[in-house]
Amino acid sequence: MAAKDVLGRAGEDRAARYLRSLGYTVLDRNWRIRDGEIDLVVARPGELVVVEVKTRRGDGFGHPLEAVDSRKQHRLWRLAFAWVAAHPDDAQGRRLRLDAVAITGPDADTATLEHIQDLR
Amino acid sequence: MTTARTWAVALTGLEGALVEVEADLSNQTPEFRIIGLPDKALGEAVQRVHNASANCGLALPRRRLTVNLSPASVPKHGSAFDVAIAIASLATAGGMDAASIAETVHIGELGLDGRLRPVPGVLPAVMAAAREGHRRIIVPSANEAEASLVSGVEVIGAISLADVARRHGADVEDLQLEPVPAPPAAEIRHSPAELADVIGQRDAVEALITAAAGGHHMLMSGPPGAGKTMLASRLPGILPALDDAAALEVAAIRSLAGDPVAALVRRPPLEAPHHSASIAALVGGGSRIVRPGAIARASHGVLFLDEVGEFAPSVLDALRQPLETGAITIHRSGVAASFPASFQLILATNPCPCGNYGVRGANCVCPPMAIRRYLGRLSGPLLDRVDIELGLSRVAVAHASLLADETITTDAAAARVAEARARAAHRLRDTAWRLNARVSGPWLREGPLALAPVVRRPIDAALQRGSLTLRGYDRVLRVAWTLSDLAGRASPTVHDIGRALFMKKGVTT
Repeated sequence: MAAKDVLGRAGEDRAARYLRSLGYTVLDRNWRIRDGEIDLVVARPGELVVVEVKTRRGDGFGHPLEAVDSRKQHRLWRLAFAWVAAHPDDAQGRRLRLDAVAITGPDADTATLEHIQDLR
Repeated sequence: MTTARTWAVALTGLEGALVEVEADLSNQTPEFRIIGLPDKALGEAVQRVHNASANCGLALPRRRLTVNLSPASVPKHGSAFDVAIAIASLATAGGMDAASIAETVHIGELGLDGRLRPVPGVLPAVMAAAREGHRRIIVPSANEAEASLVSGVEVIGAISLADVARRHGADVEDLQLEPVPAPPAAEIRHSPAELADVIGQRDAVEALITAAAGGHHMLMSGPPGAGKTMLASRLPGILPALDDAAALEVAAIRSLAGDPVAALVRRPPLEAPHHSASIAALVGGGSRIVRPGAIARASHGVLFLDEVGEFAPSVLDALRQPLETGAITIHRSGVAASFPASFQLILATNPCPCGNYGVRGANCVCPPMAIRRYLGRLSGPLLDRVDIELGLSRVAVAHASLLADETITTDAAAARVAEARARAAHRLRDTAWRLNARVSGPWLREGPLALAPVVRRPIDAALQRGSLTLRGYDRVLRVAWTLSDLAGRASPTVHDIGRALFMKKGVTT
């Protein structure tokens, strides 16, 4: 595993822990189809959230959230609907939403975490 | 805090409209957009603000920034909004004095290094802000002298964006940047020329003084080398110095045209466009931004058209409306800009294409049709607005040295002009006019100062013969009044009328 993948994995773990602390249940992780990959799918009563996790060692190459541009958002929405189609029972009665979690710092466990809800 | 607001100025011609720049920070992925009818240069402010902030050690918030320029329907051009956009954006994150930002007008372009670069049109922008009651304006340091010409506002020249932010209470270190220098002031293009240099053209000099005293438009016709350009370039020197309001207006137009303005120039401007000038060059224009043309730059001064017969007829006819109304309105898609255009028109022409027609001892080689066509290019309606038509001849060498002691200096001429203008202004004190050339025809003919029939006889006769139009009649009366003002008489005599008639008909066509 390359160093960047280790960091990304650690970031996703941190994001999952953080979301659990907010009362979400993690339904799926690294769900992958041909079009791409969803990092996390979490849920609370009435809410179904597709989460993009972006981890960077620092912001020397731009803030992690800057990588979640409108093209990426479109792709995430497409993936989100694909996930819903594949898991109709989990999606039933829940409002779908797109979130982004940015983790900036060399060590994912102590790095700064920023959570943006409801990307649009 | 998630919103912040400040002020900038959008210019349409000389008219400045205050624009509220409001920035909103919303919790979305980073994005930076500007709405409210920005043009291309203004849209690119995003990049400049981004890099200037980073290089000044100021961090733009990493969320979605939306900057609205309100009123959103007014078209906005250029880069002068950069500083206002940057400050409003930075203020959304807090850390600055919002009240101080909200009451300050920011004008200036940002360099990528964060320094403030000078922009054209600072003077009219500051004038607009002052008129709207704004008391504090931050401009690029290179524009500080220009902005300070407006009284009643606190003008602050800033070197960099960090400089501006610190004034609003931000905690950034002083980078000690070199200020962007102001462009070097344009040399005075027409150095004060001395009227005494004009030798042996006594009649022409008198006609020039008459034109200056009454504000009359003038046509000079003469062979090459007769001194037409020389005379015209001496007119600004004998005109009265501009007052504060006029000098400020002249400077504002200069500023808008992109010329550096550091001090008020009291000397009336002289504009001499080349005869290949297009209508847009003369009246002003541009595709979306409306720039002042030669006639706007000549406002409160002199517009000199040399070789007027070579100008395109359509270009000359474009002068008719501003000559009549003293203003020029230019319409472009979505905007109409108005510029002042109260200039004194001086036309110069050769008598024929080769220049020798009617000159003693010279051979004109032009066929008669060419001569007729040459002067025929001056349309009747334009010539009808010219009060003084002056025929010039070449000065013989012997004449030149003999008459050298009869010359009149610029200062002496200026004094006579000032005195005659004062007399006219006193006589016209109960009317809206100050210059003889502006007085309306009916008032001259039938107003309280109408001349006695005895005095009027020469022009009444010319009118009856049909050799003078009614408009021409009025013009002769105006010049006659100016001649009597110059001579210190209470009202024109038959002699004045006769000379005025000669000046109107001086050019043989």
